[in-house]
Amino acid sequence: MSEFKSSEEIKLIVDGKRIDGRDFNELRKIKIEAGVLKRADGSCYLEMGRNRVVAAVYGPREVHPRHLQDPSNAVIRYRYNMAPFSVEERKRPGPDRRSVEISKVSREAYEPVIMKELFPRSGIDIFVEVLQADAGTRTACINAATVALVDAGIPMKGLITSVAIAKVDGVLVVDPVKEEDNYGEADIPFAFLIRNGRIESIALLQMDGRVTVEELKKATKMAKEAVLKIYELQREAIMKKYRTEDIEE
Amino acid sequence: MISNSRRIVLPGDLLSTNPRTAGYGTFVENGKVYAKILGLMDKSETMVKVIPLKGRYIPSPGDVVIGVIREVVSNGWNVDINSPYSAFLSLTEVEIKGRKPNDSLDLDDSIIAKVIGIDPKMKVSLTMKDKVCRPIRFGRIVAINPTRVPRVIGKKGSMIKLLKGELGIQIIVGQNGLIWLSGDRKRVDIAEEAIYIIEREAHTEGLTDRITEFIKSRKEGKENE
Repeated sequence: MSEFKSSEEIKLIVDGKRIDGRDFNELRKIKIEAGVLKRADGSCYLEMGRNRVVAAVYGPREVHPRHLQDPSNAVIRYRYNMAPFSVEERKRPGPDRRSVEISKVSREAYEPVIMKELFPRSGIDIFVEVLQADAGTRTACINAATVALVDAGIPMKGLITSVAIAKVDGVLVVDPVKEEDNYGEADIPFAFLIRNGRIESIALLQMDGRVTVEELKKATKMAKEAVLKIYELQREAIMKKYRTEDIEE
Repeated sequence: MISNSRRIVLPGDLLSTNPRTAGYGTFVENGKVYAKILGLMDKSETMVKVIPLKGRYIPSPGDVVIGVIREVVSNGWNVDINSPYSAFLSLTEVEIKGRKPNDSLDLDDSIIAKVIGIDPKMKVSLTMKDKVCRPIRFGRIVAINPTRVPRVIGKKGSMIKLLKGELGIQIIVGQNGLIWLSGDRKRVDIAEEAIYIIEREAHTEGLTDRITEFIKSRKEGKENE
C-alpha cells in the first residue's frame, strides 16, 4: 500500500486541513433515513460523505435451513455486500474474502447486544448493501444496521455506533475518505455499544497498518468523541419517522 | 401529539433507577431500568413499561389469532399465524361433523383459532373448540402491525365497539395483527380505512375522537354519492 507511494508524492494534509478541507476531528456529512423499505421489518438508508448504504432487517422469523436453528437463542445473520457499481472499477458480484470477513466481524459486534434469548429457534437477518463506496463502508453499514434493527423493534441492550480513525501523514484523522485510506499509514475502524448516551464497551476494533500504543489510545479517544455525534443522528432519524407520522393527519 | 409522559424511547435509554418498577419492554442492569425496544414510555408510580411501536407477534396462550392453513398432515394442520413460530392445529381440536378432515379444512383456508399453548420447542398448538373460532369463508382480512392491535381494540374494547356500533359490521381482531371484517361492502371499506388510520397513528392521543369523526364524515360522504 503505502510502501509504493511515498507520502511526498501525494500530500494528504495541507496547511492543517485534510484533502477534502475537513479538520482532523471532523466527520463527513451524514444523512440517515429510517424505514425506507416497505417489505422489510426494519430498514435504513444512510449517507456518510460519498458512502451510500441501505440496511434491511427481517425477523425474528423462522430459520431456513432448519438445522441452523438454535433451541435456546435466535440466530443472527449479517450480510455485507457491495454492489458491482459501488466502486470505480466494476467489482465482481457476490461474496468475496473481504465481505465475508466484514460480515463476520459486524455480526459479532451485534451478537452480545441483541437479546437473542427472547426468540429461541428463530432468526434475525440483517442485510446491508453498499451502493456507493468511499472508504469506511463497514462503519457506515454498522450505523445503518443499528437504525434498521431499532426500526424493526428488535430488543437490544443499547445502540451500536461505528466510526473509523486513520493515520495519514503522521496524524490521526477521523472518518477517512478513500485517498486517506489508500495512501495513509493506518486505518482503524471502531464500533461502540452506547447506552443512554454513554459509551459502555467496544463492540468492534480492527486495524490495518501500524500505529504506536499512544496513537491507538488517542485514536480511541477521538473515535469516542466522533461516535457520540453519530449516535445523536441515529436517534434523530428514528424519532423523525414517528414525528412525521404525527403531522400527517 | 406526544405528551411528556409518553415520550419515544430507544433501546438502552434509562427509564428508572428503581428496579422494582421494571415492566414490559425493559431490562434491569446494575439496579437500573433501561428500555430494550423502540416504543413509548409509560411511567407510573409503581411501574414503568415500554409500549412497542414495531415488532413481530409472539404467541401466548388464550390469544385469538387468524391463520392460514399451510400444510395438511395425517393428524392435523400446520397453520401460518404471522409469527416467527408456526402453529399446529390438531385433528382432535376441530369439530368435524361426519365429514372427512380435508373437507372441513383444506390448504389455503383461513381460520380463526385460539392458542392453547407453546411447547419448549416453540411449536404453537391451536384449538377450534371455542365459540369465536371458525373457518373463514367470506369477508375480508386486513393486516396490520401486531403491536398496534391493542389500539384497534381500545380500552376495554372501546374502539372495536365504536367501529361495530357505527358501521353495523362483524369484526374479529386476531392478536397476530390480522383482522377479519364482514358485512356491507361499503361499510367494510370505511372500517378498513379506519383501521389503517389507527395503525398509522397508534402512538398518538385522542385517537377515538378522530376515528368517530372520520367514520361520521365517510358515512355522510357515502350516502351522498
